[in-house]
Amino acid sequence: MLTIKDLKASVENKEILKGLNLDIKPGEIHAIMGPNGAGKSTLGNVLAGRDDYEVTGGSAELEGKNLLDLDPEERARLGLFLAFQYPVEIPGVSNLEFLKASVDSVRAAQGKDALDSVSFLKLARAKCKLVDLDQSFLKRGVNEGFSGGEKKRNEIMQMMLLEPKLCILDETDSGLDIDALQVVAEGVNSLRDPNRSFIIVTHYQRLLDYIVPDFVHVLANGKIVKSGGKELALELEEKGYSWLEDAAENGAG
Amino acid sequence: MTDFHNGLLAVANTKSNAENELFSALNKSGSESFLQQEIPTRKTEAWKFTSLYNFTSNEEGYGRLAETHNAAGLDGITTIPALNAQRLVFVNGQYSEELSSNESVNNVVRFSQANEAQQAIIADNLGTAIEQEKHLFAALNNATTTDGVLVHVGKNEQLKTNIQITHITTAQAKPFTVPARLLIVLETGAQATVVEHFASNNDEQNCFVNAITEAKVGANAHLNHYRLQLMQEGSIQIGGVHVDLDRDANYDSFQLGLGAKIVRNDINVNHNVGGSHCELVGVYLPQNKQLIDFHSNIEHKIANCTTNEIFRGIMADKSKAVFNGRIHIHPDAQKTLAQLSNKNLLLSNDTTINTKPELEIYADDVRCAHGATIAQLDEQARFYLRSRGISSAEADVMLSFGFINELLENLKLDAVRDLIRPILAKRFGRDEELMKHLG
Repeated sequence: MLTIKDLKASVENKEILKGLNLDIKPGEIHAIMGPNGAGKSTLGNVLAGRDDYEVTGGSAELEGKNLLDLDPEERARLGLFLAFQYPVEIPGVSNLEFLKASVDSVRAAQGKDALDSVSFLKLARAKCKLVDLDQSFLKRGVNEGFSGGEKKRNEIMQMMLLEPKLCILDETDSGLDIDALQVVAEGVNSLRDPNRSFIIVTHYQRLLDYIVPDFVHVLANGKIVKSGGKELALELEEKGYSWLEDAAENGAG
Repeated sequence: MTDFHNGLLAVANTKSNAENELFSALNKSGSESFLQQEIPTRKTEAWKFTSLYNFTSNEEGYGRLAETHNAAGLDGITTIPALNAQRLVFVNGQYSEELSSNESVNNVVRFSQANEAQQAIIADNLGTAIEQEKHLFAALNNATTTDGVLVHVGKNEQLKTNIQITHITTAQAKPFTVPARLLIVLETGAQATVVEHFASNNDEQNCFVNAITEAKVGANAHLNHYRLQLMQEGSIQIGGVHVDLDRDANYDSFQLGLGAKIVRNDINVNHNVGGSHCELVGVYLPQNKQLIDFHSNIEHKIANCTTNEIFRGIMADKSKAVFNGRIHIHPDAQKTLAQLSNKNLLLSNDTTINTKPELEIYADDVRCAHGATIAQLDEQARFYLRSRGISSAEADVMLSFGFINELLENLKLDAVRDLIRPILAKRFGRDEELMKHLG
């Protein structure tokens, strides 16, 4: 599904990713954990194509296609989805208009016809219900005045509508109370599929109680310094990250 | 006294504007005031960024009325779809019975048709909200007015029918003036919605529309006022709105300006007695080489009044916009709440905006805020849309649309929103495909 080789990326000439390798097969859930500033969010943003990040080396392929050559919208149309850590508020554009534009674009890329307004509204309402968002959120401006939890649920709703191949959740759990966390986790679990993969970027082990990963990776100082099964997350919860960071420093030196 | 002054005043002496007793005093004082004021130049503070050269340099001058008033083929631009309104339509300044709706509401009448009681209302109010010595083109209008429209709503009367006043222009052999005057008088506790609407039949215009609106909003009265300027390109429109607010009066207004050869609006609101509220929302959307200028001036003369003013503009191509928002808080105007916001979005590198919020505060117990910004589209928002598969071009259109639509969402009249959205579509999308998800 996704193959990342020796990926290097900088922000404002500061190198953040320093040669990252990752291989994700269809149906797998990979958790990426690590201390603040390790490059966790950078990974998601680089894969989604944010301009602020400059890729200085390496490759990232989604089903054999080189992502790094593509515009953000082209990546989305190939089936990549990034649930934002900080979803953006866009007043004046209704959530429904936005969602329809998004779904139509992705469908068109897949050679499917646009849904008519009535069918789309029905679909969007159904997804709202699944993430426990009132239907009134469809009429409101995109994320406008939404609480932190509502924004994250809106992200998951978009993911459900777009049915992507690769879902990247960028600290979706940050700032969520336990109820919202469960809603998000249920949303993700409902989308689990042998042909769909997930990258769950998180700082804490908590989310992984609800979304059980196949692999856990520790990202420190721009590289993956340790990989393991779900039990690694528990070990990290207990020991923190510093022992791995030290190892990374030593390894680099 | 110059050729420019005399030329424009010539309108007052043309045949169809024969002297009328009701207006003779106003005409005389207007004429005197107009002659005393010099042609604004770059050195005139209020006209620093708006050049009148394209107006004053016209060799034929604008000092004549239109020769033809043909209503044929104008129905389409006359109506505002879905607006339930009593409609008065003027073509090149002359009333068109054909295009107007049957006058069923007696709250609205042309000055020339006014009955005795209405004439008394005109005599009592016309010109009283205007400081003509500060507004050259209001003085000109005072000098040349012999007809106009009166909207009068009596004590505690709530006018259910909206009033629409439309001015359409068509090109003439020679440049011409349309003196347009509207007087709105709401008595104590009255309510009304008035939509002013200016349009032209194509881009080949040579009119100068001198449109002045006066509103006298009585105690506890509520006026919803829409002023939609849809004339474009060759047109020149210079005028404004002058409002007097009585105790606890409410003035709720929305201004739309598309831009033309020259568009200049002076908006003056006077909080005269106390407890009144002014809501002033405006949108300007110049394109090509158009110019649009909004100069607002809110006078807080007395305590406990509130003003909320929001103007937003999107400038395309080589257009230019000027926004000057003055809020003047007098020494007696304690407990004033006033907010002013002006945001601008530039769609090209060749556009110009001159924006200046001006807060003058002479009272010590007030809360005032102002801000002006000039920006390009938000990159975070753009990336967010694109990361969902939306093309970069469609994302730009959605964001530009949203920037203005945020203000339209609060409009009370759906019909006005419906009128503006397709215009926005054309303006930013210039491609229906890119607007298909909006509106």
